[in-house]
Amino acid sequence: MRLLIKNGYVIDPAQGTNTGRNLLIEDGRVVGLSSHSEPAPEGCEVLDATGLVVAPGFIDMHVHLREPGHEYKETIASGAAAAVAGGFTTVCAMPNTNPINDNAAVTRFVIEQAERAGLASVLPIGAITKNSDGAELAEMGEMKDAGIVAVSDDGRPVPTAGMMRRAMEYARGFDLPVIDHCEEKSLARGGVMHEGHWSLVLGMRGMPAAAEEVDAERNCLLAELTGARAHLAHLSTRGAIDTVRRAKAKGLAVTCEVTPHHWTLTDEAVADYDTNTKMSPPLRSRDHIEAILEGLRDGTIDVVATDHAPHHADEKALEYDQAPFGIVGLETAVGLAMDRLVNQGVISLERLVELYATNPAAVLRLEDRGTFRAGARADLTIIDPEFAWTFDASRSKSKSRNTPFDGYAFRGAAVATIVAGRVVYLRPGFERLTSTAPKALAKSRSR
Amino acid sequence: MSANFNLKHLLGIRELSVDQITYLLDTAETFRDVSRREIKKVPALRGRTVINLFFEASTRTRTSFEIAAKRLSADAVNISVSTSSVSKGETLLDTARNLEAMAPDCIVIRHSSAGAPQHLARFCNAAIVNAGDGAHEHPTQALLDALTIREHKGRIAGLKIAIVGDILHSRVARSNIYLLSKLGATISVAGPGTLVPPEFAELIDQGVTVERNIQDAIDGADVVMILRMQRERQTEAFFPSMREYAVHFGLHLSHLSRAADDAIVMHPGPMNRGVEISSEIADGGRSLILDQVTNGVAVRMAVLYLLAGAGKTENGVKKTQNGKNASRGTSPTIREGSSDSKNGSKEKKEKTRNSKPEARN
Repeated sequence: MRLLIKNGYVIDPAQGTNTGRNLLIEDGRVVGLSSHSEPAPEGCEVLDATGLVVAPGFIDMHVHLREPGHEYKETIASGAAAAVAGGFTTVCAMPNTNPINDNAAVTRFVIEQAERAGLASVLPIGAITKNSDGAELAEMGEMKDAGIVAVSDDGRPVPTAGMMRRAMEYARGFDLPVIDHCEEKSLARGGVMHEGHWSLVLGMRGMPAAAEEVDAERNCLLAELTGARAHLAHLSTRGAIDTVRRAKAKGLAVTCEVTPHHWTLTDEAVADYDTNTKMSPPLRSRDHIEAILEGLRDGTIDVVATDHAPHHADEKALEYDQAPFGIVGLETAVGLAMDRLVNQGVISLERLVELYATNPAAVLRLEDRGTFRAGARADLTIIDPEFAWTFDASRSKSKSRNTPFDGYAFRGAAVATIVAGRVVYLRPGFERLTSTAPKALAKSRSR
Repeated sequence: MSANFNLKHLLGIRELSVDQITYLLDTAETFRDVSRREIKKVPALRGRTVINLFFEASTRTRTSFEIAAKRLSADAVNISVSTSSVSKGETLLDTARNLEAMAPDCIVIRHSSAGAPQHLARFCNAAIVNAGDGAHEHPTQALLDALTIREHKGRIAGLKIAIVGDILHSRVARSNIYLLSKLGATISVAGPGTLVPPEFAELIDQGVTVERNIQDAIDGADVVMILRMQRERQTEAFFPSMREYAVHFGLHLSHLSRAADDAIVMHPGPMNRGVEISSEIADGGRSLILDQVTNGVAVRMAVLYLLAGAGKTENGVKKTQNGKNASRGTSPTIREGSSDSKNGSKEKKEKTRNSKPEARN
């Protein structure tokens, strides 16, 4: 089956493409790009992308899909549906499920469930240590054979420098990046929000920025010691971003990510004790947001990831300090980047594609994703930079609704998502895109 | 004045206006006399139900709210955590909704989680009164402290207040900083560096002076407020020993020699004698600790009266926000409030004496 995405504006930073092009895909793979004036090849279906941006499929390398073990919060199928509705073609599932993904059997289970769901591609991340206890290394080699793309004890930061050193040395041998949630527990313990003016006003224990900064520094020093690839998850502080900037200047294999909520909201959002403002790392003060925006602009920050963390409404309807950390993010991530970054002139559209597709593919060494090179997977995210919309959490594809962005208005959205050549999502109102390719859509809907 | 006192819940002092605070204090003053009579009861809240929902151990505050409710003729029900269904795993919200299904007019809540009263206020219809939530606020304590200061100093504006001890974990300190600064006092705080973060200097727009040495905070102070030191802070490594705390951060007579000549000393209780305050001060002439307790009942009567009474119609059916003022005319204590607390309160006391709540029925 062949599908032509015609008259779109193609942005593929990996190839330096940033211009109007037609994109031809066949049997789930990219055939190549051609100019708008070139006639459509015979016998192919057509998706008319006039006025839209066509980008390599977006990759969210940090999500919590909760299956196995916490299916009441999210399943791999519901998480994958939320992913494609948000414009993501690939998501990486963190291992903190029950059981934890610390062995090949769980890895294979996650992959099988994702294949059954058939929406976004789900790539598992394995645990660094058994049961993420921070004591013994998990079987990274077997998990890699089964399909993991990185290792992380996300949510339970590797507690000691000694353990992290061994993990980096061992993971290096399998060419796996080590992803760490930077948080020095002895500083952050008991904290439920950013430590600063608002934690004093609200009378809640804070997590100082230094808790993240100390651990980020530790991880960069260990990356230097071991030569491993270290990826620092969801950075939220000026100090940690500075640390990464210095590590990169030294030539270390250190990369990092930030989340949309950390550049959108300050800790003042906690003021009315809404538990949908509770996440780890916490919402920070204005100065830290400025540092994130600088890092996004100057290239220090490689990747945007959502840290999509579904929790049931009952769990979030507790006292603030009792409620679990985390918010969902898959369906608002592109809107927040388009509205708050691209359309405000903070970053270019090309930079956005780097942050959401090119760079996560590079960090995870996903050779055939994040680009439209001939032979790459035909994963596409199609964006309407001007589309005005309002997020209605009650219509989310996720099983959970724990978001502070319900009712937010955005300009700019992912309007069509194509995974391995199949149109798996069209935003309501954009069905017309495939009016000339009814079969492509029908096929995807029948699954 | 009633137009300015538009308050459904009492969740904290930070959000209150000067007018609202003054009105609460003036109302409390009129209730103080009730407790001095032989028959300590007025019918103001007859037929209303007040639930004291206490998730933290408390003798003083719970008893104070209970007595306040009873002196207003409300039916008061006390629920403490050990006897509640929380121990069976019920959430705070479910507990509150179940209580609300029994149609209370007011729920007084104390909880170890900051924001718990806000949480209830968002989901419940009853008036919520915060009786202390974590390290956030303890509004009735600040009101009773202000009432006590006003009683003895005749004013709050222009006074220098020193607050000494565990500021970081203290809801009493926060509520007092907000309230007393709104009424024009200046605030200094002092205590161990671990318990007095420098960021307190910017807690309020007017600023707070953060001192390292408690004598520096007390120098020239008109009011010295001592906070309770909780023993568990020692195991959390906030300070090395109660002994050292007593030596370096406890209040001794010598400290007061550099305070104002007529300085008064306050403590929200319960006291650790010999730790944060020496007995000679606690039992001495400058100590207003028991006056605070007495005023606590008056303040809580005022709060319950205004929240569970004045906003309701005679048959107890809650009015909508717009209808709230309709019943105000029946309130005997309504009068113009003043944002100027210097005007003493004696003349007002006279003015309102003839219009006590008991006049209603």
